[in-house]
Amino acid sequence: MTAQTDRNLNITVHHMTRVEGHGNIVVDVKNGTLDRAELEIVESPRFFEAMLKGRKWHEAPYITARICGICAVGHAQASINALEDALGVTPSEQTLKLRRLLFNAETMQSHWLHVFFLAVPDFLGAGSAIELVDDKPEAVKMALRLKKLANDLADMICGRKVHPISMKVNGFSSLPSPEELAAIRPRLEDARSDLRAAVDLLKTVNIPDFERETEYVALSLDDEYAWISGDIHTTDGFSYDVSDYRKVTNEKAVPHSTAKHTSHNRESYMVGALARVNNNYEHLRPEAKAVAEELGLEKGCTNPFMNNIAQIVESVHCLEDSIELIDEFLTEGLNKEDRSVEVSAGRGAGAAEVPRGILFHEYAIDDDGYITEANCIIPTGQNLANIDQDMKALVPAVLDKSKDEITLMLEMLVRAYDPCISCSTHFLDVSFKE
Amino acid sequence: MKPRVGIFSFSSCEGCQLQILNMENELLDIVGAIDLVTFREAMDPVARDYDVAFVEGSITRESEIPMLEEIRRKADVLVALGACATIGGVNAMKNKFSPEENLQEVYGDAGSEYYDTIPTRGIDEVVDVDYYIHGCPIDRTDFAQTVTSLLLGKRPYTPNFPVCVECRLKENVCVYDRDDDEICLGPVIRAGCSAVCPSFGSACIGCRGYVDQANFDSLIKVMVEHGIDEEEAKKKLRMFNTGNAKAQEVEA
Repeated sequence: MTAQTDRNLNITVHHMTRVEGHGNIVVDVKNGTLDRAELEIVESPRFFEAMLKGRKWHEAPYITARICGICAVGHAQASINALEDALGVTPSEQTLKLRRLLFNAETMQSHWLHVFFLAVPDFLGAGSAIELVDDKPEAVKMALRLKKLANDLADMICGRKVHPISMKVNGFSSLPSPEELAAIRPRLEDARSDLRAAVDLLKTVNIPDFERETEYVALSLDDEYAWISGDIHTTDGFSYDVSDYRKVTNEKAVPHSTAKHTSHNRESYMVGALARVNNNYEHLRPEAKAVAEELGLEKGCTNPFMNNIAQIVESVHCLEDSIELIDEFLTEGLNKEDRSVEVSAGRGAGAAEVPRGILFHEYAIDDDGYITEANCIIPTGQNLANIDQDMKALVPAVLDKSKDEITLMLEMLVRAYDPCISCSTHFLDVSFKE
Repeated sequence: MKPRVGIFSFSSCEGCQLQILNMENELLDIVGAIDLVTFREAMDPVARDYDVAFVEGSITRESEIPMLEEIRRKADVLVALGACATIGGVNAMKNKFSPEENLQEVYGDAGSEYYDTIPTRGIDEVVDVDYYIHGCPIDRTDFAQTVTSLLLGKRPYTPNFPVCVECRLKENVCVYDRDDDEICLGPVIRAGCSAVCPSFGSACIGCRGYVDQANFDSLIKVMVEHGIDEEEAKKKLRMFNTGNAKAQEVEA
């Protein structure tokens, strides 16, 4: 694609819509040369690290869930993982499986919300899913049905998806009954046909053709698709224990953002559904791999717009995994477990693959169980540098298009990352004195 | 004419807006009964004027104050949506430190120059608020009932009795009679949540704010009897309620 050489262009999208949180897109082209392309983060900082200091350890999952309404379960889990690491707790197989089922629910809910309500309106030329009610009522109802199922599944396990209640260190304070599990199972089976229809709809949309190589970072396990445990892997061939997460994130403050930027082996890296698929494709269930093939998603994909497709592929994986887990619970039963914990001073790090990517929490606790230091690094914060790099590569390639078209493409690009801006500003750096 | 409704967001996790999006069964009916003109999280803007404004989030920056004042000027009815807006919520926990200390803690030396932050306030400390939908997050039924009341020209109902009442109606064993070590704030916290936290094996953490006639001394005594000291008991009351207008009564 050849760009016009003498063009001046100034694009400012103030408070982007259909994203979680407040951000502006700013692009400046002078005489055909890109001067500036940035996603400005203007969300108010909320100072969670400061709030956590002096609070009891078991309050951290409640407080940190409030960082983000969309991935509240993810924050609670990363918080619990960090606390279990600090306190030397090893949760039971049952707890780990129930957490995975809960993560399936949150992932499906978040991915479906994003793809159907926030991203798809762009592909169909609408300003919102609400506008699509008259035009495509069946599609909107289907999307609502799927989203409700995922929310109901999460509510059944943790009491309330926004914000979870029964998620605790070393287990759950309440367990779903066999009747509840049996009642939701057929709804999950019915969702297969809804999801089939969604895949058929997505086959008709045009994903912008844009490639840019970058590093993809995700949790990985040897034997399954990683959500709540594993080591940190990158597609540039690096591998780290979660406790070494700072070697990956290398945070730095940048003037145009209340969220810090991160970088590892290159100037930026990407986290999220596409990063997980690129690192862990072989552990996707066969049904998910089949959908990936249908929608043209391969391991090693470098088109950030395909993150939307990776989300749908993951949701197929989560749906099938959920049905299998529920069958196991119905056969084996769920039993009340001893959740007692011995508290002593310690430090621990935890990670979780939340819908938007890898999330890190780290705490230090004193002998009385009070938090003395806290740190969190949010997926969207880790994606910000990569979004800027993508915009810098995308704008020159599309400079021959109209300002409106370029603006829409940039908005679609940012939205493809499913940015969770309120999250990214809430937990940034910390003064960890080693 | 259908009322024009705007949904706005200040410092928060946006979870209360999400609770609205999560009303899958009722969402299309609600959207049909009103004219939704601003809902940034879910749609591109279509108009700037509105009759009813739902405002989520607390005020934590100077720059948010004129924005909120403008919303108040335009709206006939202003409803505070969720704990951040009604009582400051968890955001107000930062108020125990100075703005400079908070900036240093989170951003270090590098960032402290360019972030504007002020002590957290619920929105009624900045503008007049007509109605409150409490909770962190809001209860979906509560939102639907408020919208219904406003459409019917009725005053939305807000309970002024404690969580304990709803907890008993659900036939839960009292948290203080259970064999775990949870500490429950239910006796002083406003109901309306169907006691969801005690019902899921946890305890009330105070997100809906205090009832008008809260007996803090008595509750603190119970908490101390269940193994925590007085300072820790007050700290628990402060998790969501540092910014609450009744916060002074707890400290007394």
